[in-house]
Amino acid sequence: MSTRVVVTGLGVVSPNGLGTEDFWAATRSGKSGIGRITRFDPSRYPARLAGEIPGFVAEEHLPNRLLPQTDRMTRLALVATDWALADAGMVPEDLPAFDMGVVTASHSGGFEFGQNELRKLWSLGSRHVSAYQSFAWFYAVNSGQISIRNGMKGPSGVVVSDQAGGLDAVAQARRQIRRGTALIVSGAVDASICPWGWVAQLAGDRLSTSEEPTRAYLPFDGEARGHVPGEGGAILILESEEAARVRGARIHGEIAGYGATIDPPPGSGGEAGLRRALETALADAGVRPEEVDVVFADAAAIPELDRTEADALNTVFGRGAVPVTAPKTMTGRLYSGAAPLDLAAAFLAMADGLIPPTVNTEPLPEYGLDLVGPQPRPAEVRTAVVLARGQGGFNSAVVVRAPR
Amino acid sequence: MSTKEFTLDDLKRILRDSAGADEAVDLDGDILDAGFEELGYESLALLETGGRIEREFDITLDDDVLVSAPTPRTLIAAVNNLLGTDVAV
Amino acid sequence: MTERRVVITGMEVLAPGGVGTESFWNLLSEGRTATRGITFFDPSPFRSRVAAEIDFVPEKHGLSPQEVRRMDRAAQFAVVAARGAVADSGIELEGYDPYRVGVTVGSAVGATMGLDEEYRVVSDGGRLDLVDHRYAVPHLYNYLVPSSFAVEVAWAVGAQGPSTVVSTGCTSGIDSVGHAVELIREGSADVMVAGSSDAPISPITMACFDAIKATTPRHDEPDRASRPFDGTRNGFVLGEGAAVFVLEELDAARRRGAHIYAEVAGYATRSNAYHMTGLRPDGVEMAEAIRVALDEARMDPEEIDYINAHGSGTKQNDRHETAAFKRSLGRHAYRTPVSSIKSMVGHSLGAIGSIEIAASALAMEHNVVPPTANLRTPDPECDLDYVPLTARDQLTDAVLSVGSGFGGFQSAMVLARPERSAA
Repeated sequence: MSTRVVVTGLGVVSPNGLGTEDFWAATRSGKSGIGRITRFDPSRYPARLAGEIPGFVAEEHLPNRLLPQTDRMTRLALVATDWALADAGMVPEDLPAFDMGVVTASHSGGFEFGQNELRKLWSLGSRHVSAYQSFAWFYAVNSGQISIRNGMKGPSGVVVSDQAGGLDAVAQARRQIRRGTALIVSGAVDASICPWGWVAQLAGDRLSTSEEPTRAYLPFDGEARGHVPGEGGAILILESEEAARVRGARIHGEIAGYGATIDPPPGSGGEAGLRRALETALADAGVRPEEVDVVFADAAAIPELDRTEADALNTVFGRGAVPVTAPKTMTGRLYSGAAPLDLAAAFLAMADGLIPPTVNTEPLPEYGLDLVGPQPRPAEVRTAVVLARGQGGFNSAVVVRAPR
Repeated sequence: MSTKEFTLDDLKRILRDSAGADEAVDLDGDILDAGFEELGYESLALLETGGRIEREFDITLDDDVLVSAPTPRTLIAAVNNLLGTDVAV
Repeated sequence: MTERRVVITGMEVLAPGGVGTESFWNLLSEGRTATRGITFFDPSPFRSRVAAEIDFVPEKHGLSPQEVRRMDRAAQFAVVAARGAVADSGIELEGYDPYRVGVTVGSAVGATMGLDEEYRVVSDGGRLDLVDHRYAVPHLYNYLVPSSFAVEVAWAVGAQGPSTVVSTGCTSGIDSVGHAVELIREGSADVMVAGSSDAPISPITMACFDAIKATTPRHDEPDRASRPFDGTRNGFVLGEGAAVFVLEELDAARRRGAHIYAEVAGYATRSNAYHMTGLRPDGVEMAEAIRVALDEARMDPEEIDYINAHGSGTKQNDRHETAAFKRSLGRHAYRTPVSSIKSMVGHSLGAIGSIEIAASALAMEHNVVPPTANLRTPDPECDLDYVPLTARDQLTDAVLSVGSGFGGFQSAMVLARPERSAA
């Protein structure tokens, strides 16, 4: 019997709420964080909306010495980690350093930091590039900085699988706990809302060009036209259930199952891998489809991908047989931060007996989904599934269970 | 050649910009003979600081000057030496 | 239940000095170096002007014009190495459930080369803050997110199982293989195509290593610029390359009569939680990774015949690592040959860990320990047997390969012959 791995701490940084409490209050009431980009003037670009985190003042939370050497996403991740540890009632000094590790996902690293150094390189010359460029932009920076700030010397890691990475990181964290590490900080926080990041995202050809915040990101809708990107995510504290019980920790829930696949090449005619990832996760958790109380959808808002997701859900659960929700309609897609934020939302839904809403979207009947509408739905949530997909064909699924 | 002088205020400004300042340290206090480590700056912070001094004052510091100039006073002297500005600090 | 054991049954290496495992091994066993003055761009504004570049013509290695167009150089390396590894293993992946075949690709800096070049274009040479999307290449998103490397490899070999990019800085190349081994052991996959790739020789990378004075300024002697463990060393030489392996479960490999290079007997990673670029001289965390990897392999320090060191050629690393070997292996550290192939192929960041695993497996294959080139002036603080200049014939049944990287990551892997008695 494998060690049960549970989540004891949540740290949330989301466009519609800074901190778990604000995020959940906003999410329950359908409050969106999507708006016109303020970080730079987006007029010249075809897409102009994003989920930006307002009111985050890094100086209020972090030592001044860290600021010159960190990208925005690292600052957000460090603060989310502080909050997650506090939520877990955990003081890192209390555990042996080698018993704590950090496994995060990244999407595009500290891209804004990199943008600024590239600008200096090409406009001023190579001598103007910062010493901090050697690590501030790279994909491993959040795991490294979190481990340093909290004195965590155990197994660490970083995975990059586009927007599915957040679940892959949590799965790797669970693996490390099963191999004997007491505590792993996991999840992901991403932010690359800067002109250079924006241009690179535009090239991905999946951004919505709508200018109306309520009409821009409409997964499963007949007018689905791409997504709105956002910034943020969630950091989770994972421990073995036994360790959590011994220290009397409050348990949010269990990471019960995981599955991951990658699609065959486009045009090959093979089935997309999402269904298989979902089935693998359910089998890993020992959960039958009818036991699942809610699915947090990937919700790509690209018609072909919405169809694939609906097909996978209908095949595994039966048509309309499971409530499906996409609270990311209120935040935009937070890249690798999106799925960890959905995991946090799933635990909060369990605690509150309430499925968070999906706003703005009017699902096409032909998809056959029981999509939770703009109002939260009261429900006993004992078992939830979170799905995440990444560009190139990554599919990941995690099954979470309420505390026993 | 150069009439520019590198002052303690220049150093403090560049340190704050390039490496921030430790909350427990008062850079405006008497720091001329304090070790950089004592002031909360490790080698990476000094490399960044050195890079900015080089660019702003158009000089090239020797590789080991930041190691061999362990206090603000010695670093200021080393920079002014390169600038040809003979000033006592 | 006995844990599944994982072995390497195929490999391909792209390293400076020649594409392909054979030219790689020839270079190492002859102690030649592949470092040279940078030719990819004008290096004259830079403090460090040497690198270990690969003369790589993608079309000569089976990449189609479309593949060349849409992939960054590092992705091209990864795909060529993956196809080569599968061919070398003789495995017929068509016969496998594609969902049981996965991919891990390690990379520290992803598509840095492509990003550097594309930024220059869309910013019009750094003039535009609001960079111009109309000049962006259509595949720019694949540069933004390096998980595109894993996608390309999965497509190239027909994998549909768990796939990801592992990006832990300069230990990515060990951690990627370690991650793949864990997936097979736990039963999430039966075959993993795993390795790593980086192509970081671009102005932005050179500039940021210049800024921290980590790379050597020894451009008057480019072929002797990388000097790990030598008293005159003064920084590493940036390199590029890839190595990819086919990993499978031991019994399955035996059933199909596969050639087995080595078993991945143990693996561990730890962090120093100290500094993003700095290392403490005591080597405690690397020593802990080594201890755990040996423990997982159920091996004693005395069973290690050769240590493939990180040996980057910075004073800080060489002392840190030497201390770590003594701390973890005790007296045996003094009796064990230690060498750094970075003296010959440079430091290719996230790729080098896999390239060094390949070197370790080849050392077992040939019973030859590769040398540390350019080691002529002993450093009193580095007092182990670093196999200077010339390769050494030696029975090699088990190898320890280690890596150390920015972010504080310290990783260790133990390769051994699967038929060893202890297992």
